[in-house]
Amino acid sequence: MTAELTYREAIAEAIGDELASDPKVIFFGEDVGAAGGAFKTTVGLFERFGGERVLDTPISEQAIVGAAIGSALMGLRPIAEIMFADFAGVCFDQLVNQLAKYNYLTGGQAHLPVTVRMANGAGAGFAGQHSQSVENWFLNVPGLKIAVPGTVEDCYGLLRAAVRDDNPVLVFEHKNLFGLKGTISPRPIRLGEAALVRPGRHVTVVATQQMRHRAVQASEHLGTEGIELEVIDPRTLVPFDDEMVAESLKRTARLLAVQEGPPGGGWGASLIARMTERHFEYFDAPPRLLASADTPVPYAGVLEEASMPSVQGIEQVVRELVAF
Amino acid sequence: MSETGFDEGAPSEDSAVEKELLADWEHLLGSMLRIRFFEDEVKGLFGSGQVRGSTHLCQGQEAVTVGVCSLFTPGDVMTCTYRGHGAVLAAGAPLDAAFAEILGREGGLCGGKGGSMHLAELARGSIGSNAIVGANLPISVGAGLAAKHNKTGKVSVAFTGDGSTNIGAFHESCNLAAIWGLPVVIVIENNHYGEYSPLAATTPISRLADRAASYGMPGVLVDGNDLLAMRGVARQAISRARAGEGPTLIEADTYRHEGHSRSDPAKYRPEGELELWLARDPIKRFEEVVRAAGAASEERLASFRDGVRAEVKAALATAKSWPEPAIARLYEDVYR
Repeated sequence: MTAELTYREAIAEAIGDELASDPKVIFFGEDVGAAGGAFKTTVGLFERFGGERVLDTPISEQAIVGAAIGSALMGLRPIAEIMFADFAGVCFDQLVNQLAKYNYLTGGQAHLPVTVRMANGAGAGFAGQHSQSVENWFLNVPGLKIAVPGTVEDCYGLLRAAVRDDNPVLVFEHKNLFGLKGTISPRPIRLGEAALVRPGRHVTVVATQQMRHRAVQASEHLGTEGIELEVIDPRTLVPFDDEMVAESLKRTARLLAVQEGPPGGGWGASLIARMTERHFEYFDAPPRLLASADTPVPYAGVLEEASMPSVQGIEQVVRELVAF
Repeated sequence: MSETGFDEGAPSEDSAVEKELLADWEHLLGSMLRIRFFEDEVKGLFGSGQVRGSTHLCQGQEAVTVGVCSLFTPGDVMTCTYRGHGAVLAAGAPLDAAFAEILGREGGLCGGKGGSMHLAELARGSIGSNAIVGANLPISVGAGLAAKHNKTGKVSVAFTGDGSTNIGAFHESCNLAAIWGLPVVIVIENNHYGEYSPLAATTPISRLADRAASYGMPGVLVDGNDLLAMRGVARQAISRARAGEGPTLIEADTYRHEGHSRSDPAKYRPEGELELWLARDPIKRFEEVVRAAGAASEERLASFRDGVRAEVKAALATAKSWPEPAIARLYEDVYR
């Protein structure tokens, strides 16, 4: 497949391909069917697969996730949509106390191949309850896998891998990337396999989604100064490809994690903790975390942009690391 | 008939069914006694500090779960609450593995990972006891969705407490089950207390079955301590579900003989209330029916009781002989 499509279209493509390839797959959520999705990410699926495979739900996030759990217990492979990722707060119990723990609490009896999709991220002016990057909420909930695709190809590949995985997988799609263009490949992506976005010798920069693209922009600017960034996109936070980061760090001796979302308890801090614990001898400079401001996401454009790590911010931290 | 199209109150089963029932009294009474005696032992285990955490006994409510689960055919499933020993045993879980789970043994239903509040045996239709109030309801809706999707004719039952009717998941679940027309039966075990609070202190209506009206589904109130009435109502609801006619809400009026949990002596109960309900004990009442129908003499019933108690004690001894889980099990079952 070489035709170009958007990140948004890749979502519908992935869901459609899974619905087509496995009759056990069903898909439901608010306005995902007849309306084609609140973000138009599921256009055409209802028409193609009908109301028995693609179901519109009431505005009932607890029931949506619970319905996914229950139908998975009975052998289906449901894909549930939670629309804005912020709404995960409405069904937090079903996600963390039910979905994540079912297999463990039943001593391995339960089989929950559930995919929960939601749209993440700031930058579009949706304010504090529709703009968060909430993947970090789930980092200390054992039992969930977490995917954070940042490109068209990853979005398609990770979504298909999530549906085929026998564990619950949360897939965070980034709202500000919906219009991104690219191509998709039928090659499956293994959950837990990072992407080496661009090789470089001086600083290892680990970033996801919107921040991955900012890191690439920063690396282009810094290249003119003779500073090479090695940009790594982990693509999944659980499992996390520590190996690729460690291997890179061994060469660069400098680590920067760039994370959208507040700094506390996030994947960036966790990554830095693991790397310093295990590979302290690799470091020639203290590891750095660049995260969003420790505030809710504000509405006004200048404030919202100021709340997130910027390309210039990344460049500045990289220069500090190199100069250390 | 009520305005919801369901027989009101406690419809007695017709004589043919009653005959069949009396031929099958050993199975039904045995199910209720197994739960009663199982929990006698559990009470003792907790009282003597042999098991950990807490436990929530359903003694006094046995006719509700036995009434429903005795109608199951293979493939029917149910979820229940942390007061779920009864439902899981009624669905057929073996006594020894159920004891072993509460004792935290390797051979427990869940390998010792769940304990008293999480008994589950998926193979026999117990798809989950839930320790979060109301959280099993959306999951039962999902099981019903799968049954409808796969056109299996199977039913998905959710047992839930009166206290759960005030949590959001209850509303979302009833609504979704109704709008999708799912083969779901929601059984409220109204034991009149949500933890330590009497129903009247938390809920502005006294007839919880009335909540069904706002979901456009039948809502039926039944004497949950009358096994035959319970079965009659459950049979109609399950038939409706299997026939594709959608969900039913059943309110089973019942009572828990013990407090909320093992740390609760239930001092908030008005004087005489427990005695009133002990006189309406579902097991005693069913034994009365069996005797009155001439199916068994008091001597026969006494020896039957002794037999079940011996079976329960033997199962406990077996469970106690099983080892604790290997430490390596800690890390298993997080992911598949």
